[in-house]
Amino acid sequence: MSVVRVPPVLRAEASGAREVEASGATVRELLEDLSSRVPALGEKVYDGAGIKPYVNVYVDGEDVRTSGGLDAPVRENATIVLLPAMAGG
Amino acid sequence: MLTTATIVFEGMATYRELLKQVKDRIVEVDAREAAELEGAVWIDVREQDEWDEGHIPGAVHVPRGNLESRIEGVVGDKAKPVVIYCASAARSAFAADSLAALGYEHPVSLAGGFTDWKRNGLEIVMPKKLSPERRARYARHLVIPEIGEEGQLKLLESKILLIGAGGLGSPASLYLAAAGVGHLGIIDADIVDESNLQRQIAHSLNTLGTPKVDSAKRAIEALNPDVEVTTYRERLTSENIDRILDDGWDIIVDGADNFPTRYLVNDASVWRNIPVVHGSIYRFEGQVTVFKPFDGPCYRCLYPSPPPPELAPSCSEGGVLGVLPGIVGTLQTNEAIKLAAEIGDPLIGRLLLFDALATDFTEVHIKRNPDCPVCGEHPTITEYIDYVEFCTR
Repeated sequence: MSVVRVPPVLRAEASGAREVEASGATVRELLEDLSSRVPALGEKVYDGAGIKPYVNVYVDGEDVRTSGGLDAPVRENATIVLLPAMAGG
Repeated sequence: MLTTATIVFEGMATYRELLKQVKDRIVEVDAREAAELEGAVWIDVREQDEWDEGHIPGAVHVPRGNLESRIEGVVGDKAKPVVIYCASAARSAFAADSLAALGYEHPVSLAGGFTDWKRNGLEIVMPKKLSPERRARYARHLVIPEIGEEGQLKLLESKILLIGAGGLGSPASLYLAAAGVGHLGIIDADIVDESNLQRQIAHSLNTLGTPKVDSAKRAIEALNPDVEVTTYRERLTSENIDRILDDGWDIIVDGADNFPTRYLVNDASVWRNIPVVHGSIYRFEGQVTVFKPFDGPCYRCLYPSPPPPELAPSCSEGGVLGVLPGIVGTLQTNEAIKLAAEIGDPLIGRLLLFDALATDFTEVHIKRNPDCPVCGEHPTITEYIDYVEFCTR
């Protein structure tokens, strides 16, 4: 089971949780599992075909867009960071 | 009694004898042999006034009296060759002997010292000098080998533009000013409001109701009169950005509070090849990175498109812990100082995430996007875009 860190702007979609769990051997499987466990959060990040353009997904510190995309493997107990841009200053 | 004293003195070496004994123990090399020592660190052990009158290019200045206490900070690897010189190879002989006693494997003394070097017409550098007042003010920088006089002069000659004089811009402006960055530019159209004082420490009760750029300028000038301040009391737009950047800024510290400004700053910085130290904050969390055009990703490589408005609340809508911009803004300042002094490893290609509630720092890797519309191989954005529709203010 991997840990998915929820950014502050998406916590309302995860009932306030800072972290949720999800599993999958690839990024696609993991995001589909996330969407079934926490649908409101899942739909902000993943639309079934790809990752939403305004959210970055990092698996163990690597951006999945530049390291294999949805088919990239995810190890057991990985740390997933969901990261939309923040503008505050 | 007198006879006894005479016997004791007869047993001691004179300076000349001692120098000869030391010279017999150490290795002395000429300029050609010294130049052939691969990876050697050159150390000038003369006094400040001698160094100020010229030195060998690339040498590090460590006066003889501080050599033993500072050498490990300058040359950590004791296997490295160390070429030591003074005026005429006397002090450097004692210095080489002392380094050998400290376990340095290849300390050598430059035969004939700087006097012969200069007489033979070899290249020398005339250092720019700090005034005694500046030496006193920046004393704690000057003793750090990585900064020293050379680094401090670089800071004094650098021009840094701050986007925003708010949460992030406040600590950045104060610490950059304290560090002796010679010229600061500040862009902000806002007026100091009571709700700003919970975090925007460049402002105070005395400047409530005044433009933030003027308030920040007052705070900077009270701290360090060395710093020239240029204020731009306007909101950054596609109309004014070229005029402002034409003032020749070396580094931009981005503490904007909205997406349109951040994309605008990014595009301009890529086209003009200016590094941007990025910081952003929301509630308890912050992000910091350095966008150095073409060396690492740009803001559009990281975030190709802004989030929809419901996912992009501003600090005024969502709130922010007052100390958070202090932490994130000083991390930005650290990066800006490193870039200006050309030291350390800047946060290029690395995005640092800070969570104040957990007190947790996480670093993720960010890469250049070959398809980036601004810095990619085939750019599609070549003019400024005003993203008014994404404005979150």
